[in-house]
Amino acid sequence: MPDTWSQYSKKVMDHFKNPRNVGEIENPDGVGHVGNPVCGDIMELYIKVKDGIIVDAKFKTFGCGAAIATSSMVTEIVKGKSIKEALRISNKTVAEALDGLPAIKMHCSVLAEEALKSAIENYLNKSSKKSSRQSR
Amino acid sequence: MRRIYLDHAATTPVRPEVVNAMLPYFADSFGNPSSLYSYGQEARGAVAEARIKVAELIGARSEEIIFTSGGTEADNFALKGIAYASEHKGNHIITTSIEHHAVLETCKFLEKRGLKMTYLPVDKYGLVDPDDVKKAITDKTILISVMHANNEVGTIEPVEEIGRVAREAGIYFHSDAVQTTGHIPVSVDGVRVDLLSISGHKLYGPKGVGALYVRKGTRLVPLMHGGEHENRRRAGTENVPGIVGLGKAAELAGQEMGKEKVRLAYLRDKLIKGLEKKIDHIRLNGHPTKRLPNNVNISVDFVEGESMILNLDLEGICASTGSACSSASLEPSHVLLALGLSPEQAHGSLRFTLGRENSEEDVERVLDVLPGIVAKLRAMSPLFKTRK
Repeated sequence: MPDTWSQYSKKVMDHFKNPRNVGEIENPDGVGHVGNPVCGDIMELYIKVKDGIIVDAKFKTFGCGAAIATSSMVTEIVKGKSIKEALRISNKTVAEALDGLPAIKMHCSVLAEEALKSAIENYLNKSSKKSSRQSR
Repeated sequence: MRRIYLDHAATTPVRPEVVNAMLPYFADSFGNPSSLYSYGQEARGAVAEARIKVAELIGARSEEIIFTSGGTEADNFALKGIAYASEHKGNHIITTSIEHHAVLETCKFLEKRGLKMTYLPVDKYGLVDPDDVKKAITDKTILISVMHANNEVGTIEPVEEIGRVAREAGIYFHSDAVQTTGHIPVSVDGVRVDLLSISGHKLYGPKGVGALYVRKGTRLVPLMHGGEHENRRRAGTENVPGIVGLGKAAELAGQEMGKEKVRLAYLRDKLIKGLEKKIDHIRLNGHPTKRLPNNVNISVDFVEGESMILNLDLEGICASTGSACSSASLEPSHVLLALGLSPEQAHGSLRFTLGRENSEEDVERVLDVLPGIVAKLRAMSPLFKTRK
């Protein structure tokens, strides 16, 4: 690789070149949609939850190299985590796992955190509706 | 891996002939052109010769060429120089919404200091309507500044007609010709321009040197104060090697432009047609025919520019994008938005600008590589899914 993109760490480039968990989950337990086309990043994050544990996560992202890498990384980190643990994953966790991001790209890690939180929120809303239906 | 450079609108490699012409003026003929002895005379002679070569390229007289540190200084000098010199006459400048930042930011600076600006819109191809220029003129208008060709989308503006409008109204006309000088014919009398900006490194000359053409009799206040260099219009010891390099580059461009622009236009059209054939959901940005012979600018739907650039770079191909993700501001290209593109389309733009070293093989390589990159990125794009 030419070193012109030296602003990105090796890990960012690795996740950009070979993104993990690309795609959608059929019948997901939670979906998060964040970002908007004006700022140039849109992320969709899907999670599958079993007994309070996130057993699978996938993503689709429109965005720059850092946006793709943070999406890929957050899906890797979150797999196997409990909902409680997953809620503690911050943008810093994602950025650090990628060996850092250039300052102007930190917002991509924020977007990854928001995508995860939004997917979990969606899951929690669904499950609370389900349980209230069951109790009726 | 062989690298393919397709970003000649950003900068060009210095031609070996230009490097050779410059070399004696670093250590051997190093004199200060203002000095009276032989070293000074050698340097002074070289600067004078370069001035003639640059003047010849644009059909000017050599005393109408002021060497600067580049295109940005030339633009700043033209706008501020006229604004300060014409304070008693008026305070209104007409320009366009697609100018280079060197013009736009200078306008914003002047606006903060009380000048009035009109930023003219462009049509979907990026063309300025000369009638709009005419309508925008007030009795306070002191300057019209319209670029010769746009650096991002390559659209060539109707500067001859705008020059006529300016001349009839008795208003100074400046044109940023950084992208056209040395690439397509530029004639200061044909365009009826009073001020014209030139950059060295866009025509295979060195960085750090440029020129402002100033028509004889045009009053402008200097930006740089100091010694009596450049006929008292631009103080500072001349960048002799740089100026010599610009002169040589201008000379060579003048000799070769006729053939080279035809060759580049052929490669440009091959690239455009090939991309349109191989990738669906793309559009050409800029004018289909009134465009620089070396410029290809496309928007690829559903994918973002920086991720395409990054993938192209991994394949050794150097191109650029108008996506916000490539800039610190996070705003997509003001030019693409002014053409009416949606933010997504602006984010998905790619610019290839061809040059002397490029061959048909390079174009074919892009056509081989880009479809796969787009397909890979679209497969992970949430925008693509929703349209399927």
